[in-house]
Amino acid sequence: MSTNNKEIRIGFYICHCGTNIAGVVDVDKIREFIAKKDNVVVSRNYKYMCSDPGQELIQKDIQEHRLNRIVVASCSPLLHEKTFRNTLEKAGLNPFYLQMVNVREHVAWVHSDNEKATEKAKALCNAAINRVRYNKPLEKKRVPFHQDVLIIGGGIAGIHSALILASAGKKVYLVEKKPTIGGHMAMFDKTFPTLDCAACILTPKMSAIKENKNVVLWTNSEVIKVEGYVGNFKVTIKRNPRYVREDLCIGCGQCIESCSYKEAKYPDEFNLGLSKRKPIYIPFPQAIPNSAIIDDKTCIHFKMGKCKQMCLSACERNAIDFNQKEELREIQVGAIIVATGFKIYDPQKEPEYGYGVYPNVYTSLEVERLINASGPTAGEVILRDGTKPKSIGIIHCIGSRSEKANKWCSRVCCMYSLKLAYLLKKHTHAEIYNFYIDMRTPGKMYEEFYDRLLMERVHFIRGKVAEVTDISLVKEEEGKLILRVEDTLASVIRRIPVDMVVLSVGLEPSEDTQKLAHILNIGLSAEGFFQERHPKLAPVSTFSEGIFIAGCCQGPKDIPDTVAQAGASAAEAMAMIDAGYFEIEPITAHVLDEFCSGCKSCINICPYSAISYDESKKKVFVNETLCKGCGTCSATCPSGVMKQNLFEDDQILNEIEGLLVYE
Amino acid sequence: MKYFYYPGCSLRGMGKAYEESWLKVCQKIGIHLEEIEDWNCCGSTTYLGFDEIKSLVLVSRNLAMLEKEGGSEVITPCIACYYLFNRTNHNLRDYPQLKTETNKMLQEVGLTYSGNVKVRHPLDVLVNDGWMEKISQNIEKRLERFKAVCYYGCQLLRPYCEFDNPKNPKNMDILVSLTGVDVLDYPLKTKCCGAIITSNIPEKGLELVYVLLKEARKRKADFIVVTCPLCQFNLEFQQEKIMKVYEEDVGLPILYYTQVLGLAMGISLKELGITRCLTLTPEFERSLI
Repeated sequence: MSTNNKEIRIGFYICHCGTNIAGVVDVDKIREFIAKKDNVVVSRNYKYMCSDPGQELIQKDIQEHRLNRIVVASCSPLLHEKTFRNTLEKAGLNPFYLQMVNVREHVAWVHSDNEKATEKAKALCNAAINRVRYNKPLEKKRVPFHQDVLIIGGGIAGIHSALILASAGKKVYLVEKKPTIGGHMAMFDKTFPTLDCAACILTPKMSAIKENKNVVLWTNSEVIKVEGYVGNFKVTIKRNPRYVREDLCIGCGQCIESCSYKEAKYPDEFNLGLSKRKPIYIPFPQAIPNSAIIDDKTCIHFKMGKCKQMCLSACERNAIDFNQKEELREIQVGAIIVATGFKIYDPQKEPEYGYGVYPNVYTSLEVERLINASGPTAGEVILRDGTKPKSIGIIHCIGSRSEKANKWCSRVCCMYSLKLAYLLKKHTHAEIYNFYIDMRTPGKMYEEFYDRLLMERVHFIRGKVAEVTDISLVKEEEGKLILRVEDTLASVIRRIPVDMVVLSVGLEPSEDTQKLAHILNIGLSAEGFFQERHPKLAPVSTFSEGIFIAGCCQGPKDIPDTVAQAGASAAEAMAMIDAGYFEIEPITAHVLDEFCSGCKSCINICPYSAISYDESKKKVFVNETLCKGCGTCSATCPSGVMKQNLFEDDQILNEIEGLLVYE
Repeated sequence: MKYFYYPGCSLRGMGKAYEESWLKVCQKIGIHLEEIEDWNCCGSTTYLGFDEIKSLVLVSRNLAMLEKEGGSEVITPCIACYYLFNRTNHNLRDYPQLKTETNKMLQEVGLTYSGNVKVRHPLDVLVNDGWMEKISQNIEKRLERFKAVCYYGCQLLRPYCEFDNPKNPKNMDILVSLTGVDVLDYPLKTKCCGAIITSNIPEKGLELVYVLLKEARKRKADFIVVTCPLCQFNLEFQQEKIMKVYEEDVGLPILYYTQVLGLAMGISLKELGITRCLTLTPEFERSLI
């Protein structure tokens, strides 16, 4: 045997996991079976191996019996491999002398025939005993960690993360695609369930971003390339021209006044087209940076090249610069937080709701603007046809919980629909009808808010609206929008005529999610939001080390949850930065230099670009920091000289043999 | 170009005008139709509720004979046949048990059916197989003086339509527009005409048709263009009754899209079966010539 000169002394432990394992697998039988194997010095079963006494048991045995290999048969290594590796380390043994056998998820939980399950466990344990003999000691590597952080997305999530990191003294780059930060939250009127004004609680934080010396704010900018790895990301950012110098502009608005367009003519993005803006504009009064921007698609100078450029002369600070070009900036950061938010569902995909056909059908986000004091109508609810509504229908679940649109519940719509119902009632005194499938109000004071609305005499009709139509059947319906719905509580079909329809649209992954996932090399879940590493226990981490996600880019959520995630990702990033280094698992590939023929087969096949070619030596080499230990290169190498730690040929072959022959 | 063709009973009875005009249009633009030999009734939707297996067998016999003749797709202009053929295909493909049982019965007359014949409607063939150019070339007198709404009904579109948007279909609008007719926006185009409800629960059935007519009138349509013999019947036959019940003049001529195409191609009213139209007022007839 070519394992080690030292005598091999194995300790074997099988865990009951309460009754999880012991209820199906005969643990005594396994213990006795393994005890008879060569080199096995200790063989034990115990109720909870992961408990402190369980771990102490292993440590004591290592010392008393001079054990140098440990096999633990318990749950999935995903859960407790770290625990037991630490146990070995504490007892002075290299942690990679541990081998785990998954007799819970792979055996006890998936089989009902106890006898056969025990047989399977026997084979698996025998395989581990066979293999652990060949395990080698490995050392973890440390790489230094760059202190700066990149945050992508300047909504409430990005703002919150940035402020936390900045207050801890970290340098933060906050990159936002739009001309201002604030995201969707800046567009909202009030927030549920407390009804405090969204701007009042958001804008101080936006100003704080501007004031904070540790934050570098780049609006109108996009991340276009990310290279490197955790602790050492090299990021390229494209800064689109604003044509107004942020450092000089004070947002006085003289340029806008003097623009050749006397009337605002183009749809105002911030008010979702409910009002108009000029080619030079400030998105909204509290925008950060509070600086004008020129839209080169509508500005006469850029379109025709012959404008009197009144804005240029109107600006006393000479901030306007038509010659600005797009700029590429390269930065080094240690961690990245992705907070790119969401986009709303396009209700035109479901023509039966009449959005885009009937002017008085609105999306919920448009209504947020419509009732906002700084909105297109200064907070007065005046419809597109100039009238004031006397009755309003709010339709929940547009684009959500549907086989034909998005299957998921968008989580916030019930609550914002209630909020809009309350606000619309207050603004208009209209009759308000809510059409819902189920009311979902889980959250602190949320159900109470629903109760309050019931008391305010807002109508609730349980049923999904079949159509919005202007086709009247009776006199009362003439000139109205009629909502046809099955009232599933009363079991009748109702036709309800209203003046205004609000579509409570669901949340979808924002436009460039897929592109960004590709740039960052992070995963997407089936519905297209960014995939977290673990839905419960690693909700803001991704499968790419050092990249975190926060807010609605991970899935629909309300402001409190978004802020909580933003805080969590800031804390996780900070934990890595403050450690100063990052520890890399040694389960990586390496080349047996003298045998490598330099055929380069492994280079293209590596999904992490971890393998390079050394021209002088005519051989390849592996960057261990980038290597994730997937094993693809080892399997590909035609000479069999690409080795992977902990998965070497003799380890795997002996494991297989142990699995096939175990009696 | 040759297509296999299944007329169905409606087109030989109530919907005779549909077949007359459809065949004329095909002749004009060069579509050659080969009728399935010895075809039988598809059983319509009524038989389905009576005995599912027999209903599947009724349809499958036609398609099995078509496969025997070497065909892989069939045109059926009738909406009920279109729906039932597709439904049979889906059932045979999704439920192997039904396919076995159906084929067991078919074997008694020496036939088998795969469940794979592609069922096509003229609105699909004319638009998607490149016939629009031929249609445009054959248009002799443009019908620009007319405004019309296109009414698709429900069974063509739901649940089996793959060639058009079931919520907002366009193909008939496109074809009728080729003749110069001003096709008006008609949000009711996919609503149900009531089908046989007009005889079972007349007050509900009449209401459905009334709304269809009223809205077409409100939009200043000169006629309604349809694609289904049953829609045609309901919209036409119930008009008198509706006008009595609702005390409102909502009368409008109802034409098949094939009749409109034929008119623009200069085919005579008689050849297109338009003279069979119950709502053909002398003024409307004059306006067509």
